[in-house]
Formats: sequence, C-alpha cells, structure tokens
Amino acid sequence: MVTKSSQLAGAPLDLSLDSPTGLTIGDVTKQFLAPDGTTVTALGGVSLSIKPGEMISLIGPSGCGKSTLLRLIAGLDHPTSGELLVGTKPIEGPSAERGLMFQDANLFPWLSVRRNVQTGLVARGVLHKHRHEVDEFIRLVGLEPFANVYPHQLSGGMAQRAALARALVNHPKVLLLDEPLGALDQFTRMQMQDEVLRVWQTRRTTMVLVTHDIDEAIYMSDRIAILTPRPGRIERVLEVTLTRPRQRNSPEFLELRASILEMLHFAGNGKPKTTVAKIAAGRQEQ
Amino acid sequence: MSMTTMEAEPRRAEPEVPPSVTAGAPPRRAPRGGRRWIVVLPAVAALGGYGLHAVLRLIDATAVSDLYPKALLATLAAAIIFAVVASLSARFRPSALHVAPLFAAAIIVVAIWDLMTALLVVDVAGGPKLPLLPMPYFPSPELVLQGLVDDRWMLLESAYYSFRLLLSGYAVGVLAGLTTGVLMGWFKQVRYWGMPILKFVGPIPATAFIPLAMIIFDEPFFSGVALIALAVWFPVTMLTTSGIANVPASYFDVARTLGAGRRFLVFRVAIPAAMPSMFIGLFMGMGAAFLTLIVAETVGVRAGLGWYFKLQKDYFEFGKVYASLLIMAVFFSGLMTLLFKIRDRVLGWQKGVIRW
Repeated sequence: MVTKSSQLAGAPLDLSLDSPTGLTIGDVTKQFLAPDGTTVTALGGVSLSIKPGEMISLIGPSGCGKSTLLRLIAGLDHPTSGELLVGTKPIEGPSAERGLMFQDANLFPWLSVRRNVQTGLVARGVLHKHRHEVDEFIRLVGLEPFANVYPHQLSGGMAQRAALARALVNHPKVLLLDEPLGALDQFTRMQMQDEVLRVWQTRRTTMVLVTHDIDEAIYMSDRIAILTPRPGRIERVLEVTLTRPRQRNSPEFLELRASILEMLHFAGNGKPKTTVAKIAAGRQEQ
Repeated sequence: MSMTTMEAEPRRAEPEVPPSVTAGAPPRRAPRGGRRWIVVLPAVAALGGYGLHAVLRLIDATAVSDLYPKALLATLAAAIIFAVVASLSARFRPSALHVAPLFAAAIIVVAIWDLMTALLVVDVAGGPKLPLLPMPYFPSPELVLQGLVDDRWMLLESAYYSFRLLLSGYAVGVLAGLTTGVLMGWFKQVRYWGMPILKFVGPIPATAFIPLAMIIFDEPFFSGVALIALAVWFPVTMLTTSGIANVPASYFDVARTLGAGRRFLVFRVAIPAAMPSMFIGLFMGMGAAFLTLIVAETVGVRAGLGWYFKLQKDYFEFGKVYASLLIMAVFFSGLMTLLFKIRDRVLGWQKGVIRW
C-alpha cells in the first residue's frame, strides 16, 4: 500500500486505467409531452460520431436540445428513436463509465469534500480497493486543504473542482459536462477552463461539453457541433485547428468566433465590411 | 503539473477559519467593563427574597418547617459564589454576564409569588386576611418545595414510569413514522394510497382514541404506548414523506451517473437529504408525545407523572400538583434539549446554511 501511494504521488493516477471510448449518436430523436398535451420535439434526428479522447462542444441557443442530448448520452433519459452507442455497446441507462457534471456543482451538502469525491467508489462498493486514489483526485483539482470541509464552505469555483474530482473518481470513459462553468464569474471560469483542459490532457478522457459560451467552445474543443432549435438539429460541425494552448485574442480565434456567430444568425443586422467590423458587430450582439 | 493553475484561483481570499465556525452561534456581545456589576444581581435578588420571606413569617407564623428559608439561604449562597467566581475568573465571566439577569429574574419571580400567596394582602370585610392568590389552588412556593421534598421518592418513581412509557411510545412512533414516511416519499403508488389515510386520520388528536385503545389493549401500558406512537407517527410520517419527495432530482442524477443503485439512492441520497425535514417531524412528534403521555396517564394508565398529578389534585394537595408540574418541566425540557443536541450532531453540515 505504501509503495503504491508513493508511486502515485510521483505520477498522479495511473493513466492506463482510462481507456477513452468513442460515442455514436445515430439519428436520435427525443419528444416530450408538454403539460398542455402537445408533443414537443427537443431533438429531431441528430447524428454525430465522437472520437475516443476527443473534446467536443455542443453549442447553440437555448431550446436547441443540447442538454437533452447530453442526458441521453448519460442514460438519464431514453431517446424516442435512434441509437446511442458507447464504443459498440448501446446505452441503456446511467453508468459509472459516463461521468456527468452539471452547471450547479450538486455536491451532497451532508458530505465533506472527500466523502463527496468518493461517492462513486462507495456506490459501486469498491471503496476499499481504490481509497488511496481519492486523495489523488482531490489533489488533482487542487482541493487538498479543503478535503474535510462541507460544501457550503466552498466558493463556486471550488465546488466545481470538487464536482470534477467526484466525476473522475470512477475513471469514466466519457465525461459529460453540462455547462459546468456557466454559473461562475468570468475570471474563475477562464481558470476552470484551463483546469478542465489540464485534466483532459493528463487523462485523455473523451469529453462532451455543452456550453452557450462561444469563446469557451473555441478555447477548449477539438470540434464544435452547432445546434439550432425547433426542433434541435446539428447545423454544422466545425473542426478547431488552432494549436494548443490557444490564445483567446489571436486573430484566428476571433475570426472563428465571428463565423460561428454568423452561423447562429447572431452576428447583427449591420453589413460588416471587414473581419474586425464583423467581430465588433458580434461583440455588441453578445 | 497539478498545481499550475492553482495560484490564479482566488482561493487565498477565503478566510482561514471556515465561515461556519463563526456563523454557527449567535455572536455573544463582548462584555463591557462598565456592566460587570450585573453579576451581583442574583445575590441582591436572593437577599431581597430572603428578607421578604422573613418579614412575611413575622406577620404569619403558621409556617411549619424551616425548609423554605433554608432553600432561600442556599440560593443566596449560590448567588454569592456565582458573583465571586464571575469577578475572579475571566473564562467564566462572559457566560456569567449572560445568565446573571435571568438568574436574578428567576429569584425575583419566586419572591413575587411568595408575596402574592402570603396571608396579608386582602382583608375581606374585616374578616380573615386572605392572600391575593386564593388557597388551595395557588400554593406558596414553600408548599411546593415541601411537596417536592416530602414526595420525592414517589415523584421519582412516577417520572421513571412516565419516562418508560414515553420512550416506548416515541420509539415505536418514530420507527413506524420513518418507515411509512420513506415508503410514501419514495414510491408514488404508496403515496397515492397512503396520503388520504394520513390526511384523514392524522389530524385527529391521538387522545381521542383513548376509549378505543383501552378496549383493544388489556394492559394500560400498551394502550399508552399505542396512543403515544400514533401521536408521534403522524408528524414524523408527514415530514419524512415531504422531505423525501422533495429531494432535488439532480442529486439522484448525479448519484446514478456515479454508479448508484436503488439502495444507495434511498439510504445514501434520499434519507440524508430529507434529514432536516425529518427532524422537524421528530420535534413535532415529541411535543405531541408529551401531551398524549400526560392525558393517557391522567385517564387510564395508573402510574407516572400524569397519574400523580391527577391523584394529588383530587386530594387538593396543590403543592404536590405544582411539584409534579415542576418535574414535568425539567423532564420534558431535558428531553427536548437532548433531541436538539442529537440534531446539532447529525445536521452539523447545515451550520452556516441555517440559523440555529
């Protein structure tokens, strides 16, 4: 045990435990019954192939079904039609191999940070085998001084770090992020983006990030799927070829941002003549 | 590597002491030097009370024993020790300053009671002098103390019987209430069929079932247990049900994506999340249990404080009636305090979220 933990201290967490998996979303539709009896189509035939180890963003205005799609991948809801595969296995329900992080950290307020983080191990009955990893995950997100603190004593950013560690503790093959940084202030959010990227790069987990923040999508993802509402559909999937680490204000970054705004029809009504003017128009729209 | 982005996080702005440590108890005002004299208030009040009683004895020499004056002297001694310790010990002083006014007020209230029950105030048309508060319904503190001392073993025994009955009934009621509450909170079907029964039967005071309980159970003790359990069951079930049914769905979503099965969702998510609500039910249940206990003992059960109370009332021994009330007050508030302590321990994680 001692040798094992000292090994872990040198190279935090055995990466071989994680084998990222791709996801296949095949012509998925999801309909809800509205309270007035009408049927609402949240997703109208969505197909997407997500590569193993990829960071992909789902972006679009509210009502485009991006969170619905994430819940379907998590297995918390079932599609009306179409197929969802993890690797080659169909998704039948929630599983520890697909971790989920919400906009609200949703830490259990009656448990300390450490006990929140080890929830997944307790739930699967494997705490005794993996107990030594809990503190490693807490260290990974930089919360070791707060391991014994209750959630109400944490700031928003710290709570999200704890939620990230909790989602990682099961070594998920896919990490689903539902606007996890949406409730944070601008500065904390940018720090947390780096934090998530660092975790992604060290662990190479497949990550699906739902966001309404275009900058966040460009800054973080390999690809961006742009969704449009009524019914939710994937309008286009963009490859982000900018080299990492990315510069938030490089011309290429801003250009990509402007073109996404245009695709979403949020670029503004003026007729921009130059890229800079386009960007300015986009800024005002935001 | 793992620490690279750490220095930017505004974590260092967090106070060294977690906020809950300071937010838990209401801040006790720092004692100002000029108010230190209030620690002698109890001693002054006790001296006044003793003097008053001495004067009352001079006027009415019918008193039989020296018990009460001795108790007053003991109070005076305690108050003097209190004042001395408070002035010498800096550690004890803040809490001494906090309780001193209450201590003094309690002594004054007893002195006023002594005065109002003394045989000197009202002179009915030149006839015998009668106290402001008529005998025997309002005995003097002296008589209550006498009753307390004379009947101490019987009171202790009664308290024991009451405690046994209360605890049995409360335990049965809590166990039943938690079980039905969790089932109704978790299963929609159980809620559908159970809620109407709960809403229909629950509001009936348990004491209304006394005749029924006495028919069903031969042994009065068991009918008492059943009645108290029924009284406790209703609020515990109600608040457990609503607590469980109102657990945020997102807690379950998170737990399920972490690999939780149904057992985990019920026992490790739903029940802990519903705990604050369940404790409200436990408190309400305890209040209902006290009420039912005393009524049951007055009517059917032939032991306990309620029985003693009724017996002494029938003998017109009001000193002893009030003595038993005093024991009930100590007994019940002790149990309430115990329940508060348990809650503080179990719901310690709420500190700072909820004002205590």
